[in-house]
Amino acid sequence: MKAAVIVFPGSNCDRDCKVAIERSTGATVDMVWHGDTALPDGLDLIVLPGGFSYGDYLRCGAMAALSPVMTEVIAAAGRGVATVGICNGFQILCEARLLPGALLRNEGLKYVCKPVALEVTNAQTRFTAAYQGRREVTMTVGNGEGNFFADEATLDRLEGEGQVVFRYLDNPNGSSRDIAGIINEGGNVLGMMPHPDRAFEIDLGSADGALLFQSALASA
Amino acid sequence: MKATVHVFLKPGVLDVQGKAVESALHGLGWPDVKDVRVGRVLTFDLPGSDTAAGEAEVKAMCEKLLANTVIESYRIEVA
Repeated sequence: MKAAVIVFPGSNCDRDCKVAIERSTGATVDMVWHGDTALPDGLDLIVLPGGFSYGDYLRCGAMAALSPVMTEVIAAAGRGVATVGICNGFQILCEARLLPGALLRNEGLKYVCKPVALEVTNAQTRFTAAYQGRREVTMTVGNGEGNFFADEATLDRLEGEGQVVFRYLDNPNGSSRDIAGIINEGGNVLGMMPHPDRAFEIDLGSADGALLFQSALASA
Repeated sequence: MKATVHVFLKPGVLDVQGKAVESALHGLGWPDVKDVRVGRVLTFDLPGSDTAAGEAEVKAMCEKLLANTVIESYRIEVA
């Protein structure tokens, strides 16, 4: 099994993602620089990590979405490669229009950093199969702009098509309909604000994130 | 040609910065202030363009990068 973590200038969870995937799944993880124009061959999983790519200039994720490597990420996602954006990575996926909606400033204006309880809203995805019907998991959020927004018609469609994957049980940032994570129509692109990469061993407070990486690679 | 682009959150999209500024203004003795919106202004030169062609270019820049039209609207001034 082979995964790649994309490294943007200002990413700060890239190493966390590499270690989390390696320890949870045993997969080989390549670090890919944002300026690269090719991805490694035979990838089973691509991860866009958390952080503050390009200093959050203009809008969170806006510059990163136009990085050279993103042309290849968009092409790979189009071929069905499992792609996960975590936190800033979720913002990048939305800016790149691989996922609908956008992430606004948190309703309370505060940077929120704490463990949160999540409902596994859809356990039938390739990213959540290993939860095997578990309804509640815990992961940590750390964001100032994690308030998911989409117009009502898009929200209705996301809910109707089972594209809402995780919801907050106690919404920390004002996200529409308590949404914490969504997948695309094809079911192979996941964006989420909570960090599975900060919840892959019980010593970190939760090992629930490990199951997400295991599901993603088992489905490849 | 000089261009100015104003970018604001669309009406209906919660502007929490605007709300915070509004609340501060109320506290400072301007209780009648309402509907504060915080936006972004970009200015730049586009040498050699006439205003009609230039404005079309600036619109393309807005759609591609300067605004996220899922949540933001923009207004262009050229001179």
